[in-house]
Amino acid sequence: MNTINPDIRKKEAQAHITVTDLSMAYGNYVIQQDLNFSVNYGDIFIIMGGSGCGKTTLLKLLIGLKEPAAGDVYFDSDNYWKSGPEKQQELKQRFGVMFQSGALWSSMTLAENIALPLSEYMHLSATEVSDVVSYKLALVGLAGHEEYYPSELSGGMKKRASLARAMALDPEILFLDEPGAGLDPISARRLDDLILELRDSLGTTIVIVTHELASMFVIGNNSVFLDAESRTMIATGDPKELRDESSDPRVKSFLTRGEQ
Amino acid sequence: MTSQDNTNSNAVLDLNNPDAVTLNIVLKGSWRLQDKLPPVETITRKLLSDPQLERISFSSDEVTNWDSGLLVFLSKLIGSCYEKKLQVITDGLPAGIRKLLDLAASSSDTKDTSRSSSNESLLSYIGNTTMDLVEGIPDALHFLGESLRSIARLVTRKAQYNRSDLFSIIQQVGPQALPIVSLISFLVGLILAYMGAVQLERFGAQIYVADLVGIAMVREVGALMAAIIMAGRTGAAYAAELGSMQVNEEIDAFKTLGISPMDYLVMPRLLALLLMMPLLSLYAGLVGVVAGIVVSVTVFDISAYEYYQQTLRALNFTYFAVGMMKGTLYGALIALSGCLRGMQCGRSAQAVGQATTSAVVTSIISIVIAASLTTIILQKLGI
Repeated sequence: MNTINPDIRKKEAQAHITVTDLSMAYGNYVIQQDLNFSVNYGDIFIIMGGSGCGKTTLLKLLIGLKEPAAGDVYFDSDNYWKSGPEKQQELKQRFGVMFQSGALWSSMTLAENIALPLSEYMHLSATEVSDVVSYKLALVGLAGHEEYYPSELSGGMKKRASLARAMALDPEILFLDEPGAGLDPISARRLDDLILELRDSLGTTIVIVTHELASMFVIGNNSVFLDAESRTMIATGDPKELRDESSDPRVKSFLTRGEQ
Repeated sequence: MTSQDNTNSNAVLDLNNPDAVTLNIVLKGSWRLQDKLPPVETITRKLLSDPQLERISFSSDEVTNWDSGLLVFLSKLIGSCYEKKLQVITDGLPAGIRKLLDLAASSSDTKDTSRSSSNESLLSYIGNTTMDLVEGIPDALHFLGESLRSIARLVTRKAQYNRSDLFSIIQQVGPQALPIVSLISFLVGLILAYMGAVQLERFGAQIYVADLVGIAMVREVGALMAAIIMAGRTGAAYAAELGSMQVNEEIDAFKTLGISPMDYLVMPRLLALLLMMPLLSLYAGLVGVVAGIVVSVTVFDISAYEYYQQTLRALNFTYFAVGMMKGTLYGALIALSGCLRGMQCGRSAQAVGQATTSAVVTSIISIVIAASLTTIILQKLGI
């Protein structure tokens, strides 16, 4: 089941990404260990935890940038880190990534940024590519900005452009690293709405690294909570339920800004 | 009752004993960083000399001004009191100071996150540097292997890269480098001709300056000068470009899209230098010969025609081929060092600087080693 099929996407409550006994380390320094959780089709899944607990590192493991010290990451039934390079390449095409800094290629215009993955993987004519580019930019509210260079954009626009690039190949899974960081409340709210709409209209599974409480309660329906002290996950589930029902004081205190 | 008056400073410190087990510290005057504050040791010495003491207290009614200076003084003092298991009564301090001291104390309670300072000795420095060098070799070989695979993919037309990128890089490393290459090789040719002619004049063999300049510039020095210029100009640029792409996660973005950064970023840069360096070497050699003519005609009374004829007799195709081959080799070394250091770059502005420096150092060292080795090998082969 590797093809992108809208019917498959609708299978809710079926695991899309499964993480088993995952450990991550830099050299001998273990950051997190024994992570077990799964992300279902159509979930907006939040990776949360205090600063420095390894959220972004976990994301890097999920998107194939950093090899785990132990354990497995499955996309459906495909074990990413046990697959050969060709299979990994194929799996990579099924997800889009928006990096913390945007990571737009600074020597290219927005149009070229979005066109690059399209021209690499889809056999499209130049007109078709430029149509798709315009559509993706319009989707994130940047219609008409095709010929801008990333350095000419504001922080929020860069994030949105980066989201447009992440969506270029109509990915099954979107990974977003701190999408709301550095945005004003209104832009952050618009980005949240956009993320919800993408999930609802395209059925995309979305994995978000964030510690913006307001945003995670609005959009998240599943999560994993990483703890820096014990170096493992201490909770998983809907962030709102965790806030209201968790018995773990660390989770409770994080989700209520330390007020309880 | 003891009293110590620090009359030289605005900050005044008095000590008195309200009872046998208590030391009262009276603070007066202005306690700011720029005021001359009394050393904490004045009190700690007193604490040591009086074993009966159980607690210290403060009076600060006459403090006129204070800032971090007083806070640092007090936190040092309180720290050493805790070490000696003395009770500290802070009631006599202003409320603001008490709050700030509590805040600083609570954050120093958190687990020890400070790093051990790296105070390494010369020997361990040499050891670590050598280890780093040795550990870098597999990485460099891996990078070389990846580059070769990338070239193989280019040849089999499987590589993903942007043709217009390649042309703009060629433009940067080729035509745009001409002015500086011209200047440097002209000056080197000039020096070579001048020094050579002065020596040869003694034997009445001045005309052989054409052989000297021609062979040296075309075969060795042209390529070497072009390479050293390009190491500083292009090698550094490659490292800085790729390094800052690493910092901005742009290289990660290529990887997650399944586009090989080797194919897309490294290979066009390598290819551009491989194509341009032989031409630049040839050009540098010829500019050096022109400089030789200029010196001979203006300073040593050799006619341009004579010089030209002598140069033609001296040079043959092999010299040109050797010079261009060396240029190509140097080009590969510059591109590989620049790209390797750029791709290895850490994720900070400082790391980009280090990558750039290290790229230039690596290229120049490898160029000099390659120049010596090729000269010796070609000599042995009789070429």
